[in-house]
Amino acid sequence: MSEPPLVEFRDVAKRFGDGPLVLEDISFSARPGDFLSLIGPSGCGKSTLLRLLAGLSPISGGSLIVDGVTPEDAAAEIAFVFQEPTLLPWLNVAHNVEVPQQLRGVPAAERTATRRRVLDLVRLADKAGAYPRQLSGGQKMRVSIARALALGPKILLLDEPFGALDEMTREHLNEELLAIRGHGAWTAFFVTHSVAEAVFLSNRILVMSAGPGRIHREIAVPLPYPRTGETRLSREYHDLVADVSRILRTVEAVPASLGRPVAPA
Amino acid sequence: MPRTLLKLLLPALTGLVVLAVWQAVHEFLSEEMRFLLPSPGAVLQALVDHRATLWRATLNTTEGALLGFGLAVVVSVLLAVALSLSPLVRTSLYPYLMALQMTPLPVLAPICVIWVGAGLRSVALLTFVIAFFPLVVNTTQGLISTDRNLVELFRLYRARPWQRLFLLQVPAALPYFFTGLRIAATIAPIGAVVADMNAGSSAGDGGGLGFQAVIFASQARYPALFATAATTCLLGFVLNAAVLALAWLSLHHWHDSYERADR
Repeated sequence: MSEPPLVEFRDVAKRFGDGPLVLEDISFSARPGDFLSLIGPSGCGKSTLLRLLAGLSPISGGSLIVDGVTPEDAAAEIAFVFQEPTLLPWLNVAHNVEVPQQLRGVPAAERTATRRRVLDLVRLADKAGAYPRQLSGGQKMRVSIARALALGPKILLLDEPFGALDEMTREHLNEELLAIRGHGAWTAFFVTHSVAEAVFLSNRILVMSAGPGRIHREIAVPLPYPRTGETRLSREYHDLVADVSRILRTVEAVPASLGRPVAPA
Repeated sequence: MPRTLLKLLLPALTGLVVLAVWQAVHEFLSEEMRFLLPSPGAVLQALVDHRATLWRATLNTTEGALLGFGLAVVVSVLLAVALSLSPLVRTSLYPYLMALQMTPLPVLAPICVIWVGAGLRSVALLTFVIAFFPLVVNTTQGLISTDRNLVELFRLYRARPWQRLFLLQVPAALPYFFTGLRIAATIAPIGAVVADMNAGSSAGDGGGLGFQAVIFASQARYPALFATAATTCLLGFVLNAAVLALAWLSLHHWHDSYERADR
């Protein structure tokens, strides 16, 4: 008998107010330990899908079960890494990392222990006293990830966290993210525009199409973990990147997404 | 040349030029017209001669200014929190806050005198009225301008409203608050002096700088009048410097406006 899914979307639809459908017929499930990437053209609702999962926005149809309950009730098990590092500029790194626990009323001693652990994990222990503006873009993102891990979530949602970084930093952080993941068995939902990133990180890729957002295709990535810089040199990796790129191109050629800008979600 | 030295030297140089021009204009005036612009030396002499009077007047004005300023800070922050809660509250109250600011101080002064009596209490109340507006407007703007992404983060972690207020909105509003505080610190001493001219009293404490200016003017003691002006100006500078120092202490660690000074 197989394990019950950690997250299950069943015919989920989403619209904002009286607007058009943003997401339609979304059905898939994620098992504990999955690293699932969502990729697709702008406006396909990838970020909206993450927001539904986080309970930041209600579903308009279908059902969505997270860890056996509704997304709202599963809040304690979910952490979010936003596109921007979203650090509080007036707090130093240490205090930024402690914010989620502070909001939950965790006592100071316990917060300190957690902060040390997660900052070690992202290798920023020496920056604990620094303020966000003193950090590079990559370092800020690592603090953001550390903060997300502070509550020990079962599910980590990442919304294009490395989109604003240069290629080198991005590849480096991809490797680091997988290394960090080796220490805690969270399940990841990762939104990205980069095929290479999706292939490198995930065991499953969901390619989405726009207008309204649907799941076009699921692709398994059978590359074994742990993956390192070497993985990017392998034949299988390159073939997968090519396959996914080809599928993505068919989706992006859908006429509805051409010619006019897609309405913002 | 080091930047800091230049920063001190340039204004000092400007000051010397102004003094020289001042003295020259004074010399240029005919003997009987020289009262219009007493020489720098005469003003300095008046400052020394009237030091006891001016010192007492400065203390009185400072007391009134600080009382009004302090009250303005407390009330405006509380009101700003209330205003930040909803656009409806803002729409309902803003016109009346504006109205208070639109009424000239000399018109309000006699009303204040009727209510709380002439002297310190009127000066403090009028200073409060004039310092209050920039504080409440800026602080409210700060409280409602919190970065949307950070608000989202707090929503994600199910922060309670008071957690959002104290851990997010208030710190985020600090730079705005200090902008308001700097404007308030500039106009509070002016307000206190003008209030003193219109609602001051020599009873008991002997009045403040505004009251003293009225007396000197009526006695045609023009060098002393200039000396009073200089003292008023100095008081404004001191209050401003204090606010700048406070702003630096609260913001220089993290706020971008202090970035250059930090590197």
